[in-house]
Amino acid sequence: MKIRVKINGVTREDDVEPRLLLVHYLRELAGLTGTHIGCETSICGACTVLMNGAAVKSCTVLAVQADGSEITTIEGLSGRNGQLHPLQQGFWEEHGLQCGYCTPGMILAAHQLLSRNPHPSRAEIRKALEGNLCRCTGYQHIVKAVEWAAEKVRAQAEHA
Amino acid sequence: MASCKYDWPAAGQRDAIGKSTDRIDGPAKVSGRAKYTYDINRPGMLFGKMLTCPHAHAKIKSIDVSPALKHPGVKAALVIQDVGSEIQWAGDEIAAVAAVDEATAEDAVRLIRVEYDVLPHLVREENLSKDGDRAKPAGEQKVGDPDKAFADPEAVISEGFYGIPVITHCCLETHGNVVEWRGADSILTHSSTQNVSGIPSQLGAALRAKKINVQDSNIETICQYIGGGFGSKFSIDRWGVVAAELSKQAGGKPVKLMLDRDEDLEVAGARPSYFGHVKVAASKDGTLTAWSSETWGTGGPGPSGVPPVPYILTNIPNIYKKHTSVSTNIGPARAWRAPNHPQACLMTLAALDDLAAKLAMDAMEFLQKNIHLAPSYLVNTYQQELSKAAELSEWSKYWHPRGDKTPGHLKRGLGVSLHTWGGRGHAGSCNVIVRPDGSVTVQSGTQDLGTGTRTVIAVVAASTFGLPVDAIQVEIGDSRYPFDGASGGSTTVGAASAWTRRGSVDALNELFAAVAPSLGVQANQLEARDGRIQVQGNPSKSLSWKDACAKLGAKTIHTVGKNPGPCNLGSVGVGGVQVADVTVDTETGKVKINRLVAVQDCGLIIDKLTAESQVYGGLIMGVCYSLFEEKVMDQTIGRMLNANMEFYKLAGIGDIGGELIVHMMTGPGYDERGVIGLGEPPVISPGAAISNAVANAIGVRVSQLPLTPRRVLAALAKGGIA
Ligand code: FES
Ligand code: FES
Repeated sequence: MKIRVKINGVTREDDVEPRLLLVHYLRELAGLTGTHIGCETSICGACTVLMNGAAVKSCTVLAVQADGSEITTIEGLSGRNGQLHPLQQGFWEEHGLQCGYCTPGMILAAHQLLSRNPHPSRAEIRKALEGNLCRCTGYQHIVKAVEWAAEKVRAQAEHA
Repeated sequence: MASCKYDWPAAGQRDAIGKSTDRIDGPAKVSGRAKYTYDINRPGMLFGKMLTCPHAHAKIKSIDVSPALKHPGVKAALVIQDVGSEIQWAGDEIAAVAAVDEATAEDAVRLIRVEYDVLPHLVREENLSKDGDRAKPAGEQKVGDPDKAFADPEAVISEGFYGIPVITHCCLETHGNVVEWRGADSILTHSSTQNVSGIPSQLGAALRAKKINVQDSNIETICQYIGGGFGSKFSIDRWGVVAAELSKQAGGKPVKLMLDRDEDLEVAGARPSYFGHVKVAASKDGTLTAWSSETWGTGGPGPSGVPPVPYILTNIPNIYKKHTSVSTNIGPARAWRAPNHPQACLMTLAALDDLAAKLAMDAMEFLQKNIHLAPSYLVNTYQQELSKAAELSEWSKYWHPRGDKTPGHLKRGLGVSLHTWGGRGHAGSCNVIVRPDGSVTVQSGTQDLGTGTRTVIAVVAASTFGLPVDAIQVEIGDSRYPFDGASGGSTTVGAASAWTRRGSVDALNELFAAVAPSLGVQANQLEARDGRIQVQGNPSKSLSWKDACAKLGAKTIHTVGKNPGPCNLGSVGVGGVQVADVTVDTETGKVKINRLVAVQDCGLIIDKLTAESQVYGGLIMGVCYSLFEEKVMDQTIGRMLNANMEFYKLAGIGDIGGELIVHMMTGPGYDERGVIGLGEPPVISPGAAISNAVANAIGVRVSQLPLTPRRVLAALAKGGIA
């Protein structure tokens, strides 16, 4: 089936098998391997991307369902000149990662939270990231990373 | 300090060492640029899939892979275990194919025909009386006269049954490799491995055993980033060898063979179980007098491992212990972060906690009173750590005798545990290269599991050269670099810090020799400080780092740092204490973690941030196995029932409502020991600490981990405060 998807600002057209998952489409056809595969069954959140601004687990979406949509992956979050997004910076600065395998998914799930709630409490951050598992970090620094980013996003908004 | 030329600098002169340095691999990981093995896509790459055995114990009667080979898009197919092979666990690999895409490979695997003779299996071992001749003696030991000690009418005796089931590793990135032939006699593997330098010789030996001729020196392994290992990724594994064979059959094309999640959970790593009846005795004042344990466990078809009990308090005067190893058809065991220790820790510290309760003693006081029974070099550390943990957990405020008497269904309790681990640096090496333009590179065939190896190397080199951390280029994760040992058993930081230090000091001395004439002094009068090479204590007589390196002319400095080596840069044996603070809902049986306090020593810290991260990470893994994780085997079908991440549950971000409080023991008395590994220690105590906290809250011991609602409610039904 023919699909047309705008990924990180660039439109692609592909002919895909109906059974192809969005995660495989992104990783293998679009070459965007920052979207990781952890559980394959919609539990771990490693494959989280933004579809029309909403966080989805791309292992649970068929590529054909993404037809006509806009997708943002971790690779599309940085600015044009490679400037890290505040969430990316926050995960680095606040040490929200160890092996880093869960990180892209965590960041995109947190992205949805901040777009809906610029002032999340710690409890709200935890709630928003409940669908994302991390085997390494103990989560505490992940909460701090999102808090750090929220503050930075607010500061940027005030300047703008 | 500084009496031996490689010694760590004295406190106050350590630059970045011991401070908090952001991990240098951060930007690659947050931007999606970091390539894990799963992410490696090579030109013309094929996808490998395996057919696995559905039976826990069977013999292969017939096998035919030819229908798969004929399937369009399939480029290679092979038999892994042939007719007559006896299969010892469900999920074991039988045959494999490589095809142009994953879906085609899956379709083709379904076409392979295998017939089995199904044999009897055993996959549950917790009831030793039903284990029959699968149970084999695995050691018996007697110290002093335990019978007499238990017979003492003055003795207070506590008896209990405790257990911890088989769990898996569940790394977020599954196991696997991308393997390709580069011509007829050379191989490149991208491997998700904790053992970059060790993989080529493993693969070479396995292939030569199959009459495929390749020299170890012609095999290169790369692993830049890995999504978790925890002890399960030391080996090329059968699927790595299979990928190499499939690739060869397909004319050398790269073959990506990553395990599916269900395969990974079923076969790629199990931590041995440990069950046992324990009896402990103390005199009325709480002094421990005797230990007796009859324990058993399974590590799959092989031996179970023998957890060291009594844990820590090894000098109890009277000891009897007996261990039985049960061979089962559950898939082979693998080293799991701190092998044998979490099991020994639970068995011991839970039994001692029950004894303290029987003595009506405060658990913390009980441990302080008996800590002299620990190995002497750790006694002092534990005394300090127990006090610190009591302070940070507000023990005297929140601890109460067993059973929270507060009305209502929410019961709060505190529990304490302690642990130890070795952690000496393994054997390994690096290149240190200083070029005339001032650039510095450290290269090693080591790996960074996310623990911070790269950052540790950069911090040590930068601090030695008096440069900022980002001036150091670190190149690791490739077997063409100098050999380094596998990252297991908390041995990497001790090794990497030591070989980087030795190589860097030697390189710096070469630079001093090149620079000395132009500063008009002897080389041994120079020092590297704040980006300059200067006469000791005299910054006005100096050259910038760049100008100093320019004096090398056309020469590049290249030294090799090794571990072990001269001067004592590391040591072995750490102690840690943890306190859990939990609330148990006696209506639902749910355990909630309020706080976990971890007090840990690890000698000299290189990067405080990555060190603390290791402790946070250990705590969460501890919570996972204490509350959720269990490889649930079904005796009827012989298979794992929860081979997916929905039912093999890990703690999510919402499962820890409270805070993790980490305190590192540093400064005089600790730093002098040099660097000691930290990966394993913090994961050891949570099981016992949380189990003890739950007993303190509800007034009754939940005898087995994980402390699921079902087990908590069952324990409450038998007693305690409901
Ligand atoms: S891979 Fe999609 S949720 Fe785990
Ligand atoms: S950092 Fe390893 S899974 Fe989250």
